[in-house]
Amino acid sequence: MQLTINGADHSLDDLEPDMPLLWALRDVLGIKGPKYGCGIAQCGACTVHIDGQAVRSCQVAVGDVWGPVTTIEGLGTPDTPHAVQAAWIDAQVAQCGYCQSGQIMQAASLLTETPDPTDEDIDDAMSGNLCRCGTYPRIRAAIKTAAKSMSEGA
Amino acid sequence: MGRVKTIARRTFLIGSAAIAGGVAFGVWRYKTPYANPLLADLPEGAAALTPYVRITADAITLITPRADKGQGAVSLQAALIAEELDVTLDQIETDFGPPSPAYYNTALAGDAVPFRATDDSWMAETVRDLADAPMKFLGMQITGGSTTVPDSYDKLRHAGAVARETLKATAARLHGVERSALSTETGTVILPDGTRLSYQSLAAEAAQTEPVTDVTLRDPSEWRLLGKPMQRIDIVPKSTGTQDYGIDIDLPDMLHAAIRLNPGQGAALTSYDASEAQTMRGVQKIVEIPGGVAVIADNTWRAIRAAEAITCDWAAAPYPADMADHWQALSDSFKSDAQDSQFRDEGDVEAALEGGTDIEVEYRAPYLAHAPLEPLNATVRYTPERIDIWTGTQVPRFIETNVARITGLDRDSIHVHAEMIGGSFGHRLEDEVVRHATHIAMAMPGRPIKLTYSREEDMAHDFPRQIAMARGRGRVENGQVTAYDLGIAMPSVLSSQMGRQNIPAPGPDLQIVAGAWDQPFAIPDYRVTGYRAPELAPVSSWRSVGASSNGFFHDCLLDELIHAAGADPLEERLRLCNHAPSRAVLEAVGEMSNWGSAMAPGQGRGVSYCLSFGVPCAQVVEVRDTEDGIRLTRVYVAADVGRIIDPVNFDGLVKGGVIFGLGHAMNAQITYAGGATEQRNFDQYQGMRLYQCPEIEVRGLETADKIRGIGEPPVPPAPAALANAIFAATGTRLREMPFDKHVTFA
Repeated sequence: MQLTINGADHSLDDLEPDMPLLWALRDVLGIKGPKYGCGIAQCGACTVHIDGQAVRSCQVAVGDVWGPVTTIEGLGTPDTPHAVQAAWIDAQVAQCGYCQSGQIMQAASLLTETPDPTDEDIDDAMSGNLCRCGTYPRIRAAIKTAAKSMSEGA
Repeated sequence: MGRVKTIARRTFLIGSAAIAGGVAFGVWRYKTPYANPLLADLPEGAAALTPYVRITADAITLITPRADKGQGAVSLQAALIAEELDVTLDQIETDFGPPSPAYYNTALAGDAVPFRATDDSWMAETVRDLADAPMKFLGMQITGGSTTVPDSYDKLRHAGAVARETLKATAARLHGVERSALSTETGTVILPDGTRLSYQSLAAEAAQTEPVTDVTLRDPSEWRLLGKPMQRIDIVPKSTGTQDYGIDIDLPDMLHAAIRLNPGQGAALTSYDASEAQTMRGVQKIVEIPGGVAVIADNTWRAIRAAEAITCDWAAAPYPADMADHWQALSDSFKSDAQDSQFRDEGDVEAALEGGTDIEVEYRAPYLAHAPLEPLNATVRYTPERIDIWTGTQVPRFIETNVARITGLDRDSIHVHAEMIGGSFGHRLEDEVVRHATHIAMAMPGRPIKLTYSREEDMAHDFPRQIAMARGRGRVENGQVTAYDLGIAMPSVLSSQMGRQNIPAPGPDLQIVAGAWDQPFAIPDYRVTGYRAPELAPVSSWRSVGASSNGFFHDCLLDELIHAAGADPLEERLRLCNHAPSRAVLEAVGEMSNWGSAMAPGQGRGVSYCLSFGVPCAQVVEVRDTEDGIRLTRVYVAADVGRIIDPVNFDGLVKGGVIFGLGHAMNAQITYAGGATEQRNFDQYQGMRLYQCPEIEVRGLETADKIRGIGEPPVPPAPAALANAIFAATGTRLREMPFDKHVTFA
């Protein structure tokens, strides 16, 4: 199995094809941004992009990955954050922060597909991502800020 | 407990000591204004210096011993030191430090004595001070009870000021000038000629300087950082996937473990068959541990899969198998020989209710899991000489005690490395995961092993919030509430939790009546009675503890009586309230919500109030009854913590607390069938999701005279405000959580 992750090629021939992508990332490749929260696609903490689309990496077998993978580490960095990350920093969204990698990846995918989302679009796209600390009001605000900065930058 | 205006007395002295390459400032010695026999026998180690500020040639490090589970404790503690030390938050590093009795929590005991938080009498203050001594004696380094800010407020500013003045004294000595002629700014001492000397350059010499302990803390009007919006130190890492939590630990040669525990929490493993698991790829070892069995493998997924392949026979749970018996045990506890406390008994309730009652009702609150998003984990490396433990914890000293018992090692050989925590809500006040990880690591000495609970194992062994039941009745007369009688039955959280640490919890458990007995209302005949139900499922502190259920009971009964009296819910609460800061938060939410203004048909507005952890908090919830069910539209919330250290973090914690309280009241419960929890993952237990989240407007007041924490106080009033709003919108009274047993939410 050949995977492209954050632009780098990885050979994972030795792994069971049914190992979830999440665990291949975390335990085999040491990419720790995607988090384990539930293992059954109910919390969204493991969200990554495959071919630009937000997916739950706990539900994608590593043998089924159909395109290049981007994790939070590949979206932006502390020195050069993605517009969504910059909005998250500006709004100080995170409390414990454990769900936020997944929230940010989900939001980035939303804004790629829907650059100017309505409140309903945000509700629909983001309600699969659980935040136990209750940062939802700031998530909503940060998505609107990011949408604005992305449209101005475009 | 830190007072906002003046420091009542000096309870600690800050000293300094030389360390390799620099100097450390810390608590040198505890001092009390009166002789205390417990203190005379303090062991030598407890008087030793433990640093809050460590300066070497390389770095300025601030020690933040309170756990950070999302509440921003690292930033708050660092800011308190930095304000007086004259450094900026981007100049410093932080470190949780080692477990030490010198980091004991000075604020926790003050809330554990039977005086109302509104009581400032000499007697109340004296008893609070005396309660503090055993806390210190036990070395209770605990993060909890919304105490991080009140505990740290004076102590850490003092540490920063002593370090600053000692660095100035060092520069004065080296350059032959008066200390008073020097100033400090952004990590430098400035000489009269304008020359700047970095703190790091003075570190080695500062260790040879007599520490300047006679310091005066700056007036808040001079603050650069505190009271103003700050950027949390962890906000960039947590927005870029670069924050490491305990679960992200990676060590050379590390193995991974998963666990199967008896679903009847606390009961034994009778027998097991691991023959299939043994042959699965990556499995290194199967280890029997107390109450279960563990798999050590070369990655987490293989370990979890193999653990699931083990067939186990379990002993029966040590509590009733099914919910009906849990509720029955509570129902049977409303009797005089189960009475735990009656700290509030004013007027003559019996006489007042002799002629009958206007309201007579029963309320229920279910077990609730903490279920933070980071599953429990601990990484342990054991050798016969020493043990290293990497984990996120609120109770590092308890871990030392328990690991010493399991391994036979002495405390000096036990090294607890505190990690950032992905949420807790009280979950990390338990240390069972570390005990299990220790047993597992002992089976493979020398290899670091990371134990990660699957979500299912975590939720099944959560040590949930207590189940609780309340019975209330009362009288109204001439449009006013005149008699109020509330009885609350629950198992003792304190006894269950401390019992697992072998610490006795004698006397009444204040948590059974917290958020109810101490409410500042002047009702002529007013009684609150606590009943101690027998121990049922093991329970633990859940964000706001007893008040999480009692805030709902106390305020909803009051609301029902106010409606029976035909009075206005806000006006009657204000008429009865006899505590100025509490009146102020009620008035604030009245103004914010434009209380009394007309609402469209099918809409409703409910007000609630609860004093918990010394913080008065009022909320107004607005709902709309739609075709799809009840929709929460807006929440207005006001709270008074005396002084707000960081308004941005305050706003976030208040909103999070409201959402936590509302979400669980709407849809969450843990139930038992056959001794096991029926909920194992977030498809069955979730709290609020984003689409359900109302707009929330927060106002922080600063009129109270003691500084308090805000982590828990927004939780207790939320369910009551929602229930009262649903009544206003639909006429349906909800007396049992979760509310989705009775209504549908849109």
